[in-house]
Amino acid sequence: MHEMSIAHSLVEIIKQEMAKHGVTRLIRVKVKYGRISAIVPEALQTAFEAMTMDTDLQGAILEIEEVPLQARCRECRKEFAPEGDLLIMTCPHCRAEFGHEIISGKDLYIDELEAE
Amino acid sequence: MQIKVVRKILEANDRISDQLRKMFQEKQILVLNLMSSPGAGKTTLLEATLTDLKEEFNMAVIEGDLQTSNDAERVAATGAQAIQINTEGGCHLDGSMVLDAASELNLDNVDILFVENVGNLVCPAEFSVGEDYKVTILSVVEGDDKPEKYPLIFAESRVMLLNKTDLLPYVDFSLEKASNFARSLNKDINIYPVSAKTREGIDAWYEWLRTEVKNKKQA
Ligand SMILES: [Zn+2]
Repeated sequence: MHEMSIAHSLVEIIKQEMAKHGVTRLIRVKVKYGRISAIVPEALQTAFEAMTMDTDLQGAILEIEEVPLQARCRECRKEFAPEGDLLIMTCPHCRAEFGHEIISGKDLYIDELEAE
Repeated sequence: MQIKVVRKILEANDRISDQLRKMFQEKQILVLNLMSSPGAGKTTLLEATLTDLKEEFNMAVIEGDLQTSNDAERVAATGAQAIQINTEGGCHLDGSMVLDAASELNLDNVDILFVENVGNLVCPAEFSVGEDYKVTILSVVEGDDKPEKYPLIFAESRVMLLNKTDLLPYVDFSLEKASNFARSLNKDINIYPVSAKTREGIDAWYEWLRTEVKNKKQA
């Protein structure tokens, strides 16, 4: 359950950003995570609720959005978004199967928040 | 008020990790973050490496296994410097734990520092600990679909050691399938089938270590 440490770091950043902008009530926060990051959204949701319970942040909505996987083909260097079964990532342009480079889909970041 | 943030959630850990990386770079230590499921033979492989290469390299170990201190004792028995981190049930090591542990080691003249992470294929993959490379150990008894189930760790690893190859005749495991899965995600991965028990194939891993230690000293 590393989502607990992730929720902890998330709350730290939220507090910093809220202080920076002089707001005190968090309404909504949006987190984006890559398709192959090791995040279980439900676990992060639970961890966030547990972490904010009985604090000023209680009741804020956590939106968790998946970022699709984007790869660059080893052979033809074109970018593509692998679909379906991840692990044989056939390039739609040249049919190469292995050795692609992942351009995005591993990320984990806080995108925006709404507060007053 | 709408506030655009765009900050990495684990930025605090990344900062500590960068600090560690700088420190290890100054001392020219090759740092490897070892990850695996429980029972993949990580400690056995580490013991073999520490024993077989002890004339060649000065090696140290940060031991993050949470179960007992047995692993640290096994590692220390090889003569290598070892320190145990108590994760207090935590499922992964993070930068600050490694920073604390590293300050208790004598890192002068160390060539390789192994960070033996907590045994699971999910959580440790998200947290950098100042390593040069992640090394994943997968044993052939675990199933060749592991890279498919836990893509991040395989996408992030520079080396995949397929351990317990002495058991291949008894299990349904395709080296090719497991390798292809890992390679589809990762153009830089080196894959070495090994048996830490019989030492079959292990020279390829040792050769990789020799090359990387040399690269580190020249960097
Ligand atoms: Zn292509």
